[in-house]
This record gives sequence, C-alpha cells and structure tokens, in this order.
Amino acid sequence: MGVKLLDAWVSPFGQRVRIALAEKGVEYEYVEENLAEKSRLLLESNPVHKKIPVLIHDGNPVCESLIIVEYIDDVWDKKPHLLPAHPYLRAQPRFWADFVDKKIYECGTRLWKLKGEEQAEAKKEMIEILKLLAAELGDKTYFGGDAFGFVDVALVPFTSWFYSYERCAGFSVEAECPEIVAWAKRCMERESVKKTLYDPEKVYEFVCFLKKRYGVE
Amino acid sequence: MAASGEEVKLLGVWPSPYVIKVKIALELKGVRYEYLEQEIWENKSELLLKSNPVYKKVPVLIHNDRPVCESAIILQYIDEVWAGARPSILPSDPYERAIARFWAGYFEDTWFYGAIKILQVKTEKEKAEAIEQSFAGLSLLEETYEKSFKGKPFFGGDNIGYLDIALGSFLGWVKTIEKMSGLKLIDGAKFPLLATWAERFCSVATVKEHIPKTDKMIEYCSKVLQPKWHALNN
Repeated sequence: MGVKLLDAWVSPFGQRVRIALAEKGVEYEYVEENLAEKSRLLLESNPVHKKIPVLIHDGNPVCESLIIVEYIDDVWDKKPHLLPAHPYLRAQPRFWADFVDKKIYECGTRLWKLKGEEQAEAKKEMIEILKLLAAELGDKTYFGGDAFGFVDVALVPFTSWFYSYERCAGFSVEAECPEIVAWAKRCMERESVKKTLYDPEKVYEFVCFLKKRYGVE
Repeated sequence: MAASGEEVKLLGVWPSPYVIKVKIALELKGVRYEYLEQEIWENKSELLLKSNPVYKKVPVLIHNDRPVCESAIILQYIDEVWAGARPSILPSDPYERAIARFWAGYFEDTWFYGAIKILQVKTEKEKAEAIEQSFAGLSLLEETYEKSFKGKPFFGGDNIGYLDIALGSFLGWVKTIEKMSGLKLIDGAKFPLLATWAERFCSVATVKEHIPKTDKMIEYCSKVLQPKWHALNN
C-alpha cells in the first residue's frame, strides 16, 4: 500500500506531482514507465487516457496531474497549503493552472515540431501566453503570493523547457518576459523544485531525440 | 440563500451545456441570481470582455463584481461559497472528489468533443469513427457506474452532485446529436445504468427547466452552428 507514482522522468506533468509530494514531505515509490511499452499497472490504473502521471494511494489510482496535485493538497492537509482557504482565492489559482494546462504544452509542442509560418505563429502565441502569466504574477514572489502555491507547481516544470523553445524557435524568454525568468529562479531555490527539474540542456537533448523521431529538421 | 447585499450575475448562452451546469448548481444551492443572455459570435458585451478577458467565453459568474470563469471552477466556487446550503455539490472525501473531477473533465474535454464530431464530419468513415469513439467512452462510464456507483440513484449518492451535473448538463446535446444523426447514443440495451440514470437526472426538479427542448436545440444547431462548422472546414 502507501503511495506509488507512475511517471516518466522528463514529463512536466509528472514533475508537478513530484514537486507537490516533496513540498508535503510525502514518501512514495517512484516508478519510471516506458511509454513505448506501457506497464499493465499503468493501463489498468488509467484505462481512459493510458497516460502518466498516475498516483496510486493505498491501491486507489488518481489521474490527471492537476487533479492529483489538488488531491495531495486535500489529503495531506498541512502546510504548505497549495491552495488558500478562501473560495475566491481558490478559484483564481485553479483558473490560471487550468490556463497553463490548456496553453503551454500544446503551444510548446508546436514550437519544436513545426517550421516556417506555423512555428512563427506558435512563437507569437507562446510569448503572449508568457506575458499574460507575467501580468498575473505582477510583483508577487510567487503566483501564490508570499507562499509557493498551485499555479507555481503547475507552471514551474515548463521552465526547464524554455531553453528548448528558445533554441527551436529563435527567441529569448528573458528578453520577452524577464519577470517569469526571475520567478523561475526563485522557484529553483526551493528543494522540491531543485531536486525535480532537469537541466534544460538535458531536456533539449530529449527534444532533439523527439524531433528526429518525428522527422523534424 | 444569497445574503442581502450579495449580487450574483451569470453571463451565459442558453444552448451551452457549460452554462446549464452553473444554472443547475445555483438552483441547487438556492442562490438568487440575475441571468444575462450574451452574444457570443459578434458584438460581445463590454461586461463579458471585461469579466473574461483571457477567453472571452461564457459562462462567467460575477459575484459581488468579482468574476469567476470556467464552468468546473465556477461549480467548485459555488459549492465552497454557499457551503452552508445543503446538499454539497462535491463529495466530502478527497478520493471521491478526485474521481468526480476526473470523469467530469473527461466527459466535457474529451467525450463531448468526440460526440459532436458525429454532426461535424463530412465522410461516412469519419462519422463511423466518431460513433465508435463515443460508444467506447460511454462503455467506460457504464463500467465506472457499475463498479463505483451501483445501487445509488446518482453519482452523487441520494442527491445529484458534481459529476451528475457535469455529465447531465450535456444530455440536451446528446439527445440533439441522437435525433440529428438517427443514432441512439445512451442506448438502454448497451448502457442500462447510464440510460436509467439519464432519465432520473432529467426528471429532477432543479434540473428539468434548464435542459433546453430538443427541437429548439436542433434548430439552433442547424441554423447557427452547422453553417459555422462548414465555414471552418472549407
């Protein structure tokens, strides 16, 4: 029994869960899944999407990274609280975490997968997305205010992909959104984030492998 | 009940299942609100653009001038603000909450977009694929009902809850797709538990008036939506 996490090292969605578990000091068994040959446990635990991450708590699977993070916050109802107590103050982080979910991964994928005009369009969109997030961050330490919270957990894994986006599409996140880069540096000072995120060069190596696999120059 | 001095507005459009979700939740909690029907194709209102600058979509709940967007988030907000008003919308157990959120998300983000393709696609092959996918999804749901909710009248237990509202608000659209395509989706022979649940849900007092009549939906779909889909496809 206990806590098991089915995951894949480079997945920013899996990293959200790892960060949340680390923040709460929860011990768990990490299981690296081979996504080319999914385990029976993964297929049984997530028959709908067959994707990682899946958190298995006392034999009960929870799927979808943001649902898992909220579940972790609910079950390990102790500091640090990833969501505040006030309903309106919970609605805002949920909205922005959902925004990250809807926008970043899909747009980022287009940045490394496509070329020419389509890539230029994706680059424009990514900059808009990051600027919107920068505006939401404002001059707060974290998206959660003084406390590292739900939106920070949702977004921070993607910061190790910025270098890949920059290399593939030819732009600088720091030039366009210095506030986001500064925020990312602050997050990296946290143990949970430092221990979870991979070096951007390593992520870029992975993206190059994906590009080869998809026949992208 | 909304306390005096509380102002609740809902920006919506009548055919939207996402808006219907919010209407049902507000009614369930006995919250009095002002409903403002919106223009969503052209001429979006200042209020809509100001309240939802990121997506410019409905539903938007405006509570004492503070906007809340995205129907799933609005439902949880309503449940948390009016926590004193019974029944609860979300389950109290964290695991049950996670399950409810998962299936609600699957149905509205994945299943519904697949099902609507039945009306959108051009070729018979694409239509057959869309139908197969929809049945596969319903099969998974039927299995889940059997495994985790059997014996209960609703996913929420004795009363309708988050998952009932999330799925049930799409029933008007399901009936529309069925009538327009000549196909039974929530077929009682294939999905007996879901079929009886659907009938039960639609007869609940707080739900009945919010599910639009199928004829009206078919008219909206043929006159407004289908021309827009064809324009996008060409």
